[in-house]
Amino acid sequence: MNSVWTIARKELSDSLRNRWLLAIAMVFAVLAVGIAWFGAAASGQVGYASTPATIASLASLGIFLIPLIALLLAYDAIVGEDEGGTLLLLMTYPLSRGQLLFGKFLGHGLTLAFATILGFGVAGIAIAVLVEDVGITSLALAMLRFIGSTILLGWGFIALAYVVSVRASEKPVAAGLALAIWFFFVLVFDLLLLGSLVASEGKLNPELLPWLLMLNPTDIYRLLNILAFGEGRQLSGVLSLGNDLPIGQSGLWLGLVLWCVAPLTLAWALFRKRRI
Amino acid sequence: MSCFRLENVSYRYDKATVLQGVDLRLEPGEILGLFGHNGAGKTTTIKLILGLMQPVGGSLSVLDGSAGDSQVTRHIGYLPENVMFYPQLTGREILAHFARLKGADLRQVPELLTQVGLDDAMDGRVKTYSKGMRQRLGLAQALLGKPKLLMLDEPTVGLDPVATADLYRLLRTLCDSGTGIVLCSHVLPGVEPYIDRAAILTDGALKATGNLEALRRQANMPVTLMLESTGTLDSLENAIRQCNGVTRPVMKNINNRLQVDVRPADKMPLLTALMASGEVADVGIHQPTLEDIYVHFIGYGGLAHRGGVQ
Repeated sequence: MNSVWTIARKELSDSLRNRWLLAIAMVFAVLAVGIAWFGAAASGQVGYASTPATIASLASLGIFLIPLIALLLAYDAIVGEDEGGTLLLLMTYPLSRGQLLFGKFLGHGLTLAFATILGFGVAGIAIAVLVEDVGITSLALAMLRFIGSTILLGWGFIALAYVVSVRASEKPVAAGLALAIWFFFVLVFDLLLLGSLVASEGKLNPELLPWLLMLNPTDIYRLLNILAFGEGRQLSGVLSLGNDLPIGQSGLWLGLVLWCVAPLTLAWALFRKRRI
Repeated sequence: MSCFRLENVSYRYDKATVLQGVDLRLEPGEILGLFGHNGAGKTTTIKLILGLMQPVGGSLSVLDGSAGDSQVTRHIGYLPENVMFYPQLTGREILAHFARLKGADLRQVPELLTQVGLDDAMDGRVKTYSKGMRQRLGLAQALLGKPKLLMLDEPTVGLDPVATADLYRLLRTLCDSGTGIVLCSHVLPGVEPYIDRAAILTDGALKATGNLEALRRQANMPVTLMLESTGTLDSLENAIRQCNGVTRPVMKNINNRLQVDVRPADKMPLLTALMASGEVADVGIHQPTLEDIYVHFIGYGGLAHRGGVQ
């Protein structure tokens, strides 16, 4: 456990040193405050619209940004050490591959978690203080849910980045594959789903269809933050399938957790096979 | 307790044989030189001892345990051939990181950095370090936690002659306190005075192992005598031809001195006879060096091996 923490601690202090943590937190804070203030601009007025609308907008933006940040943070975790020659060295220390990978995950995960809490937390407090007659309890609850799911989504993509990082032999390859992962889950997946729905002309089992959303962590994340307000009508596109998902909030949370555990386990299994 | 013991160890990668039937051992307080052409299997041997890979055949024990076991690796120091470390961190931070991983006392960090001559640079970022300074940092890293087995891959690359001499002095001190040391190097004349034993690998097989004397005997390479005559070189040559029981040696006139290549077994009979003849004014004896022995065992087609993967 000690060596896991030693690895995690280095990653954490690295991201403090190169100001990654601060930069991510700032981006989150600015975005959240911006959306809160100008989210209603489309309807011709400036100012805080409503908590559900703000969270929904934040979540829609989050699915672009959070996977990208997580992938960027973590794609070189293993392949970068390998290129610097330190992976070989680390493996001659009393440190197993699992410990190294889990230490990295802890370090990157905490970096993202701190940045998220700091960035969106500050934004949440700013909204609570500056906006008049906003329901504090519902805002706090929504913010907590949003921050929690954002962290889980980020962790999932950190783990996905590791899958790439333990397989790739060079950093640019890992970067390219990480971008491909982002492209697939954020842009292509929903299109594919929509396309296959239309092409199948309703022949697919309607009970099975909503479950397909669980195959994409960013969809789970959006469902989680929008369905919580009981406003299923806000769901557009393929996400409207989520109304028929018979698993509720806890099921969605479980889905996000699985999306962290499964890629991390896969990365670990692949890492054990990597030739050093 | 042996530092390590390899018995009939073989290793294959993608069906290609990398190591074949290697027997090698190292006792505490011994410095072993591990030599071989590129791709001969030096790095593979080291990786097997470090537990980074499992041998396909044969048995291997390290510090009386199994290779790769964390109780074993805690007592091994390793300097890889080329480490960049973490460019954004200072030497002190990097060494502290590795010390924590090894469970070594953090007070060793400044001590070791001073010992390798980085006392002025320990708070500078590693990206500003020269190759020699990175090498010193790597050495300090290998010495963390007073290892019982130390494996150094090309430790003198980038070091100036004074630093190189310092390094070998340091290794001798460690060795005297019971550390077993493996040195991999291509700078054979540099390591020759410091190693107790040499092991020569070619194409994944151990060609020869032993101390320099044993290797010389095994190689049976001619000893070169440089003789200065009291009279003329011709009379000296005659005296040599008349020696009984000595295979006629190859002789060459170089700057008025006679160079005689003689078989090791013939050396003493020839010298005794020549001393008695009174023809010799001065004698120089050149034993084959480690480099000569190495070339003898590896064969002259050295460049043909260059395609090997380290």
